[in-house]
Amino acid sequence: MHSCPSPRHLAKPLQTMNNSYSAMRIFITLLVAMCLRIAPLPEILAPLNPDWVLLVLIYWSLAIPERVGIAHAWCLGILVDVLLGRHFGQNALIYSLIIYACLVWHRQLRQFPVVQQSAFIFLCLLLSQLLLFWFKNVQAAMQISGAFWLPILSGTVLWPFIYQLMRSIRRL
Amino acid sequence: MRLLIAIIASISLLITEYRSERLLPLRATLSVFTDSLKYAVDLPVSLFEKTSNELASYNTLKKENTSLRQEQLINRMQLLKFDALEKENIRLRALLENSFKLGEQVLIAELLSINMVADEHIMVVNKGTRFGVHPQQPVLDANGVVGQVFRALPFSSEIMLITDPNHAIPVQVNRNGLLTIAVGSGMSNQLNLPYLPNNADIRPGDLLITSGLGGIFPAGYPVGVVDDFPETTNKSIPHITATPKSLLDRKRELLIVWSSNALMPLTAPLSKTPADNE
Repeated sequence: MHSCPSPRHLAKPLQTMNNSYSAMRIFITLLVAMCLRIAPLPEILAPLNPDWVLLVLIYWSLAIPERVGIAHAWCLGILVDVLLGRHFGQNALIYSLIIYACLVWHRQLRQFPVVQQSAFIFLCLLLSQLLLFWFKNVQAAMQISGAFWLPILSGTVLWPFIYQLMRSIRRL
Repeated sequence: MRLLIAIIASISLLITEYRSERLLPLRATLSVFTDSLKYAVDLPVSLFEKTSNELASYNTLKKENTSLRQEQLINRMQLLKFDALEKENIRLRALLENSFKLGEQVLIAELLSINMVADEHIMVVNKGTRFGVHPQQPVLDANGVVGQVFRALPFSSEIMLITDPNHAIPVQVNRNGLLTIAVGSGMSNQLNLPYLPNNADIRPGDLLITSGLGGIFPAGYPVGVVDDFPETTNKSIPHITATPKSLLDRKRELLIVWSSNALMPLTAPLSKTPADNE
């Protein structure tokens, strides 16, 4: 549950004051998310590792939609493509699509209770995984096990915690 | 509108990368940033290993030292024999008017302990194009073939393991020279041998070595051991699998190999061998 978004005219002066400060915070959280994305987890947990970068990016796009845009999402997607050794543009496409949806519906999403938000996150992650599935099939014929879809579930389950954590970081 | 631009940009990037190598410099530049992240994630694990090495007691070090020394003695003895055999092999091949591949140069690379994509068998090592690593180089460890360099970046390179479902390696059975192809299964301890006729002479426990066909892997390195499979006398083809020799998920040190593609001239070994043999 998000507290009522502050009206623009109140938020503006505050924003200009700690503009660089919040930009740095976004940068650092995304950096940590990228590290978590490639963290060496034990073999049982590894297939559960959700797309942290996307989750953190979704949070920022809901919390401060006026500062996080599709361009940011696209650039970040390119970086993640390099990080994970995927073809250029896969994650960029996925991130920009999902962030677009978040920006369009951010007003409604912010009013939603956490469960409903999680349902939305589930849909986002499903979309991203479906697109990845499609890219993989275009690249090479390979069998994809059921474990491929697990990050959707783990991401959905983790979303409330990520949301709370990120909100406390934003309020810091 | 912006979304449209983003989608078009991503798709055009995807297409350009499928079609050409033109985006490699861009990837190399961006990889400087992402590689620093990879090293940062790897740092705790490598630091832990280093400190545990530092803290090893005098006694364990001494024990390790003596065992290593013995092992080295044995290895050297075997190597001497191997040297003589190699010379003999070259001579015999020259007699048969066959060419022989020269020895290989290796570079020791360390695995970075990071997880890339869970269902792909791709690992990252700490040596890249700055050390002259280039794509398609074979990667070995002390026990056998590990995989090949898939993408070389300035500070790191991605290695596709032989167990990756997209990877296939030409092999031969060491016992009788039967040629086939071992395809990755997606599991870290299994290779599939799908292209065998049902009367193929292959038995459980057979050692598979690289055949040298395909031109990527040098010939003669162990790849895996054929697993048990039910003996069938009728026409049904058993599903034959093999276990890789290399410890694919435990080793930290790997060898990246430069196999010199220059074939040894036919006449040279004959004139050279007397001088070399002394």
